[in-house]
Amino acid sequence: MATLQQLEDLVLQTRRDILRMVHKVNSGHPGGSLGCTEFFVALYHEIMHTKDGFDMDGIGEDLFFLSNGHISPVYYSVLARKGYFPTEELNTFRLINSRLQGHPTTHEGLPGVRIASGSLGQGMSVAIGAALAKKLNKDEHLVYSLHGDGELQEGQNWEAIMYAAGNKVDNLISTIDFNGQQIDGATDDVLPMGDLKAKFEAFGWDVLEIEKGNDLEAVIKGMDEAKSRTGKGKPVCVLLHTIMGNGVDFMMHTHAWHGKAPNDEQLAVGLSQNAETLGDY
Amino acid sequence: MTKYVDQGKNDTRSGYGAGMTELGRTNPNVVALCADLVGSLKIQTFIDENPERFFQVGIAEANMMGIAAGLTIGGKIPFTGTFANFSTGRVYDQIRQSIAYSGKNVKICASHAGVTLGEDGATHQILEDIGLMKMLPGMTVINPCDYNQTKAATIAIAEYEGPVYLRFGRPKVANFTPVDQKFEIGKALLLSEGTDVTIIATGHLVWEALIAAENLEKEGISAEVINIHTIKPLDDAAVLKSVKKTGCVVTAEEHNYLGGLGESISRILATQHPTPQEFVATQDTFGESGTPDQLMEKYGLNNKAISEAVHRVLRRK
Repeated sequence: MATLQQLEDLVLQTRRDILRMVHKVNSGHPGGSLGCTEFFVALYHEIMHTKDGFDMDGIGEDLFFLSNGHISPVYYSVLARKGYFPTEELNTFRLINSRLQGHPTTHEGLPGVRIASGSLGQGMSVAIGAALAKKLNKDEHLVYSLHGDGELQEGQNWEAIMYAAGNKVDNLISTIDFNGQQIDGATDDVLPMGDLKAKFEAFGWDVLEIEKGNDLEAVIKGMDEAKSRTGKGKPVCVLLHTIMGNGVDFMMHTHAWHGKAPNDEQLAVGLSQNAETLGDY
Repeated sequence: MTKYVDQGKNDTRSGYGAGMTELGRTNPNVVALCADLVGSLKIQTFIDENPERFFQVGIAEANMMGIAAGLTIGGKIPFTGTFANFSTGRVYDQIRQSIAYSGKNVKICASHAGVTLGEDGATHQILEDIGLMKMLPGMTVINPCDYNQTKAATIAIAEYEGPVYLRFGRPKVANFTPVDQKFEIGKALLLSEGTDVTIIATGHLVWEALIAAENLEKEGISAEVINIHTIKPLDDAAVLKSVKKTGCVVTAEEHNYLGGLGESISRILATQHPTPQEFVATQDTFGESGTPDQLMEKYGLNNKAISEAVHRVLRRK
């Protein structure tokens, strides 16, 4: 078990990785990545049980599926610093001949990734399938997934949400990155989704909210609570309230940095707000 | 050469069902999914014998494709089942990203392909699915010709690692391939030898090609008939060997000429052995309601249409 300080150090370093990755190639998605940094660090270092090494079937360990694949920078940084591949490889993000594609894929054989994502709305179905395979294999480990809130505008999610409840897929914890932002603006302006908690509950899910989704302790506590609710006949949904762009003051509370990289000066400011803790890659 | 005779009409989808029954008994990793069309896909026996390995997803094909992709993670071999239209066009991006690009071992099994679906009409009669699926990198595309071949193909694809599109149909048609014929993915079958023209057919048009060859023989035309059940990867060598002998080719399929088997054959010929070719296929059109026989006649997809195409291509030799 890592100490809270070690995890806080990882959060700071991950934010630096995210900023440096997208800055180098002048593309990528820092906003959602920064908003989910605490979640990823908590998930991979406190919440999930994972085996050493990587195999696709993942029998005997918890699995994670990233549905909103555009936040690949935070995913790659956390996977690398967890030991799935060398941190130096973060230098190849979005470059030609890289395993670190703009959106995550199994196609280039990157350890830690079990499905391609990027075209939105597909990850929950995949996570359900993996959860069903775990039940068939009598593997009691859990399946986790992460989805953008805007991503829930894709209809396939609601097919999946209906299926998971109707078929008691209770070894699944699907987290929604609830930051209220999408490319064209606030989700409430682009396409209001109403009361997401009520919607998931109406479909038959057990829903809990983590109000402080950028507070590491709150995230760990909330996800532990989510774990305790599995195995009770309902899939579990976590509404994770986050701030897009968290940790870099000028990127926060706006959709402007959804898919835009900082320039040299902006990078310097961002890095100055996030101290180097574990060594830059 | 074997003289092929109809052993009794049967539907290719029942061949799929029979194949699934056998896989249920022999391969514990095989699981079946269906989007509210169990009766149409003929998989009730599989379900009765393996209820824990069957997933009814309801009328939600996109979710079905994603769940199938996820089931492979953990070693399962998922077979999805719905009509060809809802197996391809409706869920193209799900197949593209979660199955093909992700390299998942999913078998997309598609019934009621083509106009022979019949009375339901064009909303359900896809004639573009072979093209859609063959364009996906890494996707194997198989279109068996009768009950026996569909059953054998169903069993064979479980042993193959990788995504597969298996296309079959609704009506009862001649069942003429040997019951014990081994199904080799990617291997063309020479059904009848000839010297004047090569007829390359897939799916329901294979039996029609054999009838056409018989009729042509009475006119003194020697037709070679090749059954392509695997459209991708295509057996280039078998095609080239035959057309080098005959010097012309007719392709026959229950599909749009754009994107179908015929175009795949054209690519081989254009790059390796330019040869006159005629296409028996639908002409960039939707289907309509009618009986299978009426539709095959109206859209030029029967033995008569094949014979006419042979006469056209012979004049171009």
